[in-house]
Amino acid sequence: MKENPWLYTISSKQKLLHLNLKEIWQYRDLLVLFVKRDVVTVYKQTILGPLWYLIQPLFTALTFTLIFNKVANIETGSVPPFLFNLAGISIWNYFKNCLTATSDTFKVNANIFSKVYFPRVILPMSIVISNLVKFGISLLIFFGFYVYYYTTGASISINRWLILFPVLVMVMGLLGLGMGMIISSLVTKYRDLKFLVQFGVQLLMYVSAVMYPLALMRDKLPRFAWLVEYNPLAYVIEAARYMLLSDGTLSINGLIYTLVVTLVILFFGLIIFNKTERTFVDTV
Amino acid sequence: MSVILKASNISKQYRLGLIGTGTLSHDLNRWWHKLRGKEDPYLRVGDSNDRSTKAESDYVWALRDVDFEVEKGEVLGIIGKNGAGKSTLLKILSRVTTPTIGEIKTRGRIASLLEVGTGFHPELTGRENIFLNGAILGMNKSEISNKLDEIVEFSGCQRYVDTPVKRYSSGMRVRLAFAVAAFLEPDILVIDEVLAVGDAEFQKKAVGKMQDISQGDGRTVLFVSHNMAAVKRLCSRTIVLEHGKIVYNGDTDEAINTYLSIGEEDHDVMHYVSKDENTHVKDIEVLSENKTFLTGSTLSFKINMNSKPKGDFNVLIGIYNKKDEKVMHLSSKDFMNSLEMNAKGEIVCHLDKNPLIQGNYYTNIVLQYNKDEHEKHNECLRFSVVNGDFFNTNKLPRLEKINVFVDHSWSSN
Repeated sequence: MKENPWLYTISSKQKLLHLNLKEIWQYRDLLVLFVKRDVVTVYKQTILGPLWYLIQPLFTALTFTLIFNKVANIETGSVPPFLFNLAGISIWNYFKNCLTATSDTFKVNANIFSKVYFPRVILPMSIVISNLVKFGISLLIFFGFYVYYYTTGASISINRWLILFPVLVMVMGLLGLGMGMIISSLVTKYRDLKFLVQFGVQLLMYVSAVMYPLALMRDKLPRFAWLVEYNPLAYVIEAARYMLLSDGTLSINGLIYTLVVTLVILFFGLIIFNKTERTFVDTV
Repeated sequence: MSVILKASNISKQYRLGLIGTGTLSHDLNRWWHKLRGKEDPYLRVGDSNDRSTKAESDYVWALRDVDFEVEKGEVLGIIGKNGAGKSTLLKILSRVTTPTIGEIKTRGRIASLLEVGTGFHPELTGRENIFLNGAILGMNKSEISNKLDEIVEFSGCQRYVDTPVKRYSSGMRVRLAFAVAAFLEPDILVIDEVLAVGDAEFQKKAVGKMQDISQGDGRTVLFVSHNMAAVKRLCSRTIVLEHGKIVYNGDTDEAINTYLSIGEEDHDVMHYVSKDENTHVKDIEVLSENKTFLTGSTLSFKINMNSKPKGDFNVLIGIYNKKDEKVMHLSSKDFMNSLEMNAKGEIVCHLDKNPLIQGNYYTNIVLQYNKDEHEKHNECLRFSVVNGDFFNTNKLPRLEKINVFVDHSWSSN
C-alpha cells in the first residue's frame, strides 16, 4: 500500500512569509463567527445598544466643529464644517479601531491561543471586518446629514471618484491591520509598546489631516507640513473628503505612495506576526 | 498498519526566571550570532528538566530528543509525573507552540481536548457558543449543524440553549463544552485529563464517550492522564516521560510499572497531625502489631479528637493504592448510627487481619457529623505493606493480579 504524503509538519523551521490561504479558507466559518461575536456582544446589556455606534462619531464631530471651526476658525471652504469633520472622523475612527483592536490580539486571546490551534491571522482579520460594520453605520449617519445639508442648500456634491471609495476603505483597514499586527507581535515581548500605542494614536490623528484640509497645513505651517505629507493616512482622509464632498484635492501621487506604504507595512506585519504566533505562548 | 504521526528529536527549551529583563540583549546577541552564521548561543546551554535541583543555567529543556511513532487506529497513552513534559508535548502536538529543535510529521488532522470550553463567550447563548467553540476546534458550520441536536442532547442543556452562557452554572458550562469537543471528528485526537469534569453521572457519560471515541472506528488517540486505571483500560501502548525524556515506550502494563517506580522516595506518614487547630480531628495513627505492616497481621487506625462534633458523627476511611484505585472502604455507618469516643477522645478502627497485598497505600479520612457536615483529611496517612503469611500456612501467599486477600477455607464435605 502506498502511503499518503505527510499532511503537514510541525517544526521550528518555517518560511519567512507563511500565509496559508487554503487553511484560512478552511476556517472561513470561524472568521464569520468571530465577526458576528464582535458585532453582537459589544453592546449587549447596554440600554442604547447599537445607538452607541452613532453617538460616538456624532459627538466627536460636534466637539471638533465647536473647537476647531468656531473657536479656532479653521476654514473648510464651502463645505459645512460639521460635515467636513464627520467625514474625517468616520474614516479615521475606522483606522483607529482596527489598529487598537488588532494590536491587542495576542494579549486578549492568550487564553485561546494557548489551548487550540487555528490560523492566528483569522483574529485580526475578523477585527478589521467587524469594524467595517461600525464604519458602515457611521457612514449612514454621514449620508443622513449629507442629505439634510444638501436640501438646505449647501454647495456639496459627490463626484465620480466615489466609485473608488471602497478601495480607500480597504487601504485604511489594511493599514490598520498591518500596523496592528506589528505592534501586537512586539507587545508580547516588550510591554512598553502598549503605552506608546495609547497616546501615539492620539498624536497621529493631529498629523493625519482629520480636522483640517491638507492645503491649510501647507499654507499656515509650511515648516511642519512634511509631517502630514509623509503620513499615508492624511492622503486617504483627504481623498475620502474629495470623493464624498468634492472638497480639497485628490493627489494621485499621494495615493500611490499610500498604497505602497500599506503593502510594505502589511508585508512586514505578516512576517512578524507569523514569527510571533509560533512561540508567543512561551513568552506572553 | 501505517504510521500516521512521527515525532523525531522533539526538544523544547524554556527560559527560566523573569522574561523581560535582559531579553532585548539576548535577542540582539542571538541576531548577531545568526548574522555571522553561527549557532544560537543560548541553545547549547540548558539543564534537563528536574525541578528539585537548582538550575545552573537560565535555560531548561522541557523536552529533550523525544522520538516516537503512532500508528493509525492506535490508542497511545502518555504518562509521567508532574513536570515530566507531558503538557509541553501536547502543546507542540496541538500546534499551540513549536518545538525548539526537531519536527513532527502527520498524515491527519490533529485536534486536542486540552481544556474544554476555550473561547466560550459569556454573552452569547448556548447555541451560538456551540457554533463558535466548534469552529475554534476546527469544525465547519455544516458539520456543527449536523451534530447540533446530538451535542445539545449529550450536554443535557436542552432547556438553556437559548440562554446566554454567563447565566449557566459552572457545571453546565463544562458539560456543554465537553459535548462540543466530544463530537469532534479529527483523524488524531489528543485527550488530556478531561475526564474529571461535571458530576458523577456526567463523568460516567464522559468516560463512556471517551471509550467509544478511542475504541470505535479506528480513531487514533493520544491519551494523557494520571489515572492509571483509565490508561490501562484504554491504551494499547504507552510512553513514559521523565524529565523531558522518554524512559519507556511499549506495553502498557510495563509502562505503568515504570511510571510507579519513578520517584519511590515517597515518605511514609504513619502519624498524621492536623495542621488546623480548629478541626475536630487532632491526629490519626496507623498501627500494627509488627513494626512493618505485614499482610495478615493486625491493622488499626487510631483517631484522636480535639472536640466532640455536633450531633451524630461517623468516620469513613478510604484506602487507596498507588494507582489511585480505592481498595477498601471502612465506614462506621455500617455498624451504628453514631460513634462514641472514649474519655481520652480516641476512636479506633481495627482489622484483625490486614488483607492488603504488598505495595504503597494512602488513606482519605472523612468525618461526617451533624447530618451533612464534613471534615476531610485527604491523603493523610501513607504506609507500605509487605507481603506476609496471611493464611497462617507458613508460606507467603502468591500475588496473582489481586488487590486484597480474603480469609476463607476449603473443605470436602
